[in-house]
Amino acid sequence: MSDIGGTAAPLLAARDLAKAHGRTRALDGASADLAAGEILAVTGTSGSGKSTLLHCLAGIVRPDEGTVTYAGERLDELPEKRLSELRRTEFGVVFQFGQLIPELTAVDNVGLPLLLAGAGRAEARQRAGEWLERFGVRGQAELRPGALSGGQAQRVALARALVTGPRIVFADEPTGALDSLASEQVMTALVGTARESGAAVVLITHDAQVAAYADREIRLTDGTVARAGVTA
Amino acid sequence: MSTRHILLGLLAQGPSHGYDLKRRHDERFPQARPLAYGQVYTTLQRLVRDGLAEVDGTGSDGGPERTAYRSTAEGARELAHWAGEIAPPAPFVTNEIFAKVVVSILSGGDPEAYLRAQRAAHMERMRELTALKTAKGADLATVLSADYALNHLDADLRWMATTAARLTTLTAEVDTA
Repeated sequence: MSDIGGTAAPLLAARDLAKAHGRTRALDGASADLAAGEILAVTGTSGSGKSTLLHCLAGIVRPDEGTVTYAGERLDELPEKRLSELRRTEFGVVFQFGQLIPELTAVDNVGLPLLLAGAGRAEARQRAGEWLERFGVRGQAELRPGALSGGQAQRVALARALVTGPRIVFADEPTGALDSLASEQVMTALVGTARESGAAVVLITHDAQVAAYADREIRLTDGTVARAGVTA
Repeated sequence: MSTRHILLGLLAQGPSHGYDLKRRHDERFPQARPLAYGQVYTTLQRLVRDGLAEVDGTGSDGGPERTAYRSTAEGARELAHWAGEIAPPAPFVTNEIFAKVVVSILSGGDPEAYLRAQRAAHMERMRELTALKTAKGADLATVLSADYALNHLDADLRWMATTAARLTTLTAEVDTA
């Protein structure tokens, strides 16, 4: 079963992905398409293969079988160096716990991808500050992650994921550790900025209220997409 | 839902006529079924009959003549009593989705297919409500009513997911009942 539909060439396309962790088949023939600028929710119960699918789509993990094509390039065949470059420049990633660097302030966390891409420190801090502003956490710019609330930390993590102007943001349960109001702020910020910047989003969630921010939903069951297009 | 208490609540802000009460009701409860004028006037007459509201006066403001109503002290007491009274938590479990699943099992239908299609419809409605409440300039009444609906649809979805997982067992139980 698959999620293949539409006529325009997708920005990202996965076909018949299989991936095993030891003897467990996390993915078992999953296919999915992502159009440019689209916000796609991937839902399913625990153990349905959501996170493994995201890792394959983002080039973090190579599938055992199947193909992942991003803008004409086969991610499943690319050398690690090129994958790493794509993850730095074209993709942004956010996890359930933002995984901010505890020793750096919020603004330096957000500026880090820019420094890695060759920007100067002053420019990185200025652009990072602008992104913190867009996510409503400018006032927390000089705080370290330990001094931020869960919702603030996630908004800083989103700013870090978007600061390089990625074409796709991969978000794995970005609101999983937040209460409903903080979750709403994070999702409003994520969707609003993605729409403004034209970035596509792959949003992994077990929460239907979070999935409802997306344009479309695909639902995984036992490592495969539950039904073609019907969930959209 | 108690239309008479909602009208008393709107009258608590001051005298008002039927047309205005209908308009304010629809503003305050934006996702509710709009009140019919006939229902507003019938309810106002009953409130007057029961001593909970009274006629405040009539005026035309250049248009057709309208009767304004105000709440009485008894009406204010009744409103406070109702607003603080606990609503019975789900006294009867009667729900169309639940009924369709059971009937589908009884009649040899395909409850799994139904649940998948219903889930898709729920998600579509949840996307609409989310867009509504996150739109720029959404007022408090819209946000609150969308939140309420979203949480109830979400509860349906969780029940539907559990039911889909239980279907094998449930089918066996209904078959042997």
